[in-house]
Amino acid sequence: MFRYILRRIAYAIPIALSVSVVCFLLVHIAPGDPIDSIIPPDTPREVVEQVRKDYGLDKPLPVQYAVWLSRVVQGDLGRSIATRRLVAGDLILAARKTFVLAITAALLGFAVGILLGSTAAFYKGTWIDKACVAFAVAGVSIPHYWLGMVMVIFFSVLMNVFPAMGAGPGDWVWDREHLQYLVLPAITLACIPAGLLTRTVRGIVSEILSQDFVTTLRGKGLRNRTLALHIVKNGAPTILAVMGLQLGYLMGGSILVETIFSWPGTGSMLNAAIFRRDIPVIQGATLVLAMFFVMLNLIVDIMQTMIDPRIVRK
Amino acid sequence: MSEDLLVRAKNLNVKFVSRDATVHAVNGVDFQLAQREVLCILGESGSGKSVTLRAIMGLNPRGKTVVEGELNVCGQDVVGASEAQMSQLRGRQVAMIFQEPMTALDPVFTIGRQIAETIVRHESISYKDALARALDLLELVQIPSAKRRLEAYPHELSGGLRQRAMIAIALSCKPKLLLADEPTTALDATVQIQILLLLRRLQQELGMGVIFVTHDLGVAGEIADRIAVMYAGRFVEEGPVRDVMRAPLHPYAQGLLGATVHAGLRGKRLTTIPGAPPDLRAIAPGCSFAPRCAMVEAACRADLPNLRSPEPGRSARCIHVNEAA
Amino acid sequence: MSNVSTATPDSAGAIVSDPVKSQGYWRGVGKRVMRDKVTLVCGAILLVMLFLILFAPWIAPYDPLQGSMARRLKPVGWQGYLLGTDELGRDMLTRLMYGGRFSWFVGITPVVCAFTIGGTLGVLAGFVGGKINMLIMRATDVFYAFPSVLLAVAISGALGPGIFNAILSMTLVFIPPLIRVSESVTTSVRNLDYVESARATGANSFTIVRVHVLPNVLGPIFVYATTLVGVSMILASGLSFLGLGVKPPTPEWGMMLNTLRTAIYSQPLLATLPGICIFVTSLCFNLLSDGLRNAMDVRN
Repeated sequence: MFRYILRRIAYAIPIALSVSVVCFLLVHIAPGDPIDSIIPPDTPREVVEQVRKDYGLDKPLPVQYAVWLSRVVQGDLGRSIATRRLVAGDLILAARKTFVLAITAALLGFAVGILLGSTAAFYKGTWIDKACVAFAVAGVSIPHYWLGMVMVIFFSVLMNVFPAMGAGPGDWVWDREHLQYLVLPAITLACIPAGLLTRTVRGIVSEILSQDFVTTLRGKGLRNRTLALHIVKNGAPTILAVMGLQLGYLMGGSILVETIFSWPGTGSMLNAAIFRRDIPVIQGATLVLAMFFVMLNLIVDIMQTMIDPRIVRK
Repeated sequence: MSEDLLVRAKNLNVKFVSRDATVHAVNGVDFQLAQREVLCILGESGSGKSVTLRAIMGLNPRGKTVVEGELNVCGQDVVGASEAQMSQLRGRQVAMIFQEPMTALDPVFTIGRQIAETIVRHESISYKDALARALDLLELVQIPSAKRRLEAYPHELSGGLRQRAMIAIALSCKPKLLLADEPTTALDATVQIQILLLLRRLQQELGMGVIFVTHDLGVAGEIADRIAVMYAGRFVEEGPVRDVMRAPLHPYAQGLLGATVHAGLRGKRLTTIPGAPPDLRAIAPGCSFAPRCAMVEAACRADLPNLRSPEPGRSARCIHVNEAA
Repeated sequence: MSNVSTATPDSAGAIVSDPVKSQGYWRGVGKRVMRDKVTLVCGAILLVMLFLILFAPWIAPYDPLQGSMARRLKPVGWQGYLLGTDELGRDMLTRLMYGGRFSWFVGITPVVCAFTIGGTLGVLAGFVGGKINMLIMRATDVFYAFPSVLLAVAISGALGPGIFNAILSMTLVFIPPLIRVSESVTTSVRNLDYVESARATGANSFTIVRVHVLPNVLGPIFVYATTLVGVSMILASGLSFLGLGVKPPTPEWGMMLNTLRTAIYSQPLLATLPGICIFVTSLCFNLLSDGLRNAMDVRN
């Protein structure tokens, strides 16, 4: 088991490095001289040349990558062109807010998805099943930036029960005042994982229910409670993997919802950076979010191996 | 009298209803099973033998299955029983083993757990004691190094051991009736015989009634007291194992015997039954075997032949069989 | 839209249980689709939409770019403006019809490109195996390590706004899942007995691919690709919502949704119209691909 974990971590390292290469290259796929992408246009000539030297931009690409990577490892993601502030500092603050939003939306979406998905599987073929499936398709088909707008129209403009924008004053705290800011964006963001989980859980549970061993279990006269336990343990590894992926997608994909609700997270930061063509911020945010995703995948994989006896541990 | 019977089925019908079609899987089956008796139901796939077996435990898919007629198992009326009543019966009075032990066992629970949970369900006993009983059961079904196997997952065992574990689960509450759905079909030939011998020994030691479903005449001859031959959802012949094997009455049973390899046939040409089993979505009047029968007459196609009994304990659904006076 | 793999490679692979699909098979698929009312209705809605956006220059009532401050943000049904006017006084119906052209184009093109490129690479990896498989699949893993929306936004953001850049970044996002699906389907077909026996009779690789592999893998890969169209429509409009797609004043649903955000207080219904178009399109494509997958699944 321990050796498997080590091997899995070893496998994640080249992936993480490749991800950093892609992020590094973002500066270079931007049109024009890369130097223009990392410093403001009105910088004096001497400073430009100094930066070019510091970043090794006069050297071949692999060397540049090495210089860049050594900076990144030390926590230096460069400076924003627009604000001239360090990217890393702003990013940490923003990532915290995004995490609050993503984890809330994820838990909400998972709860709804698991509930509806397993209900649909148990009542397969009935109208209950059809309703759940319809919800699932709607959940994955709805443009959530539009849903966000509709929510704002209903709950902020027409009914005035929840605030339409922001994350409340100051730092995030889990209190009533801040939570009301979370309601609308979290529900909006939750609709994708809810739809997707409904679909996945329905598929997995109905697949399990169709297997022979369920007949055996029923043949043993087990109570429904015990039967449910068997289904949960059989389905958990796959569902866990899907949930892990979804949480990662929410962290990295909250840009549109954050834009709609002006939620001050990484998404809003990215949006502002795109608008100003602030490449260091785009690069830094992408790198941090992708690394989070790599880590998350690693953790989910290890957990999956730990709870599923069918996976042979070598 | 009838209280002593383990199973009493009268005009049992099982239909699977879906939007597209209704499949008549079992069409008016009558039989009885006494205590300690071993009945073999013989038939090809799709003849309704597994469905009959599952009907006894109420295990056919819920919602789509319609069961009609009388079916009494261990004193419990099964046709009108609630799911809660059935779950009292299942596992305790009646237990079942399946063809493919790999898929019939839950892959993510240990063998010990799967045995113990059945015991805990039906008897007021702690999980720890149930696990000790599970160990005894594994030894009873002759699983080597049983203690270690308690902790094993199904995929860690060989096919033969898995089937033994399956039997151990079935026997965990000492049922009065064991239902076996082709338990040897998926196994290697040598393992088949071992499992068969084990089942026979356990049946005698524990005094269980057994209904054994198979398409293999050799297996049936090995274990059965009585044989029932099933075709298109009906019992076409029933009788003591020796009599049926030696001199089958129904043309279909005769065909089945002709299509099987056994020592007595050395040097003779094997015969096959021409044609295919009927479509169970639309049952034609008359004898279902008529389209494939060499001895068919007009009367066969007109009406379903009655069960005729040429001697006590034997019966067949064929107009060529003469009723005993 | 944050997940491009609504159908897993496994579920696509399940369709390949029946080798060498005869004409009878496809006739069966057609029959099953014709019986499926939901799929038919979705197909019909999409056809009507396609007609409206294709022939927009001939049937649209007004000019999509010509506005007037005098008739800004008029409600639905106002004086000959069936769906009202937008924040610059331009006819909404006209702009929705024209806008659909870009939304559909930017939504569908990446899937088509990714189907071609990813499908080719995946079939290659699956059929050749060995080092080439290793190379292609490891490269795929790297792109899988990014959340899909983030990858599209980052590449698009770095490249700068524009239709071409949006299509390019989205194509890059959809290639990896298509490679994975095609690889797994091809590998399973390659290992089937009849392909093995074709090898044993000495048929060359090209013939085997053309005669035995492609006819059996294209269907599942295609079905998988169709599941991506719905997601792609949302992502395309999402990118232009962020200002990464078409440039104003060109109409496009995502972009219109963004510019109409200021109108949610005065004309809430109007402001949501482009979103409804995106929703309906994506919903219909998703249901259509579900129907297609069910019809092609021989187990049903």
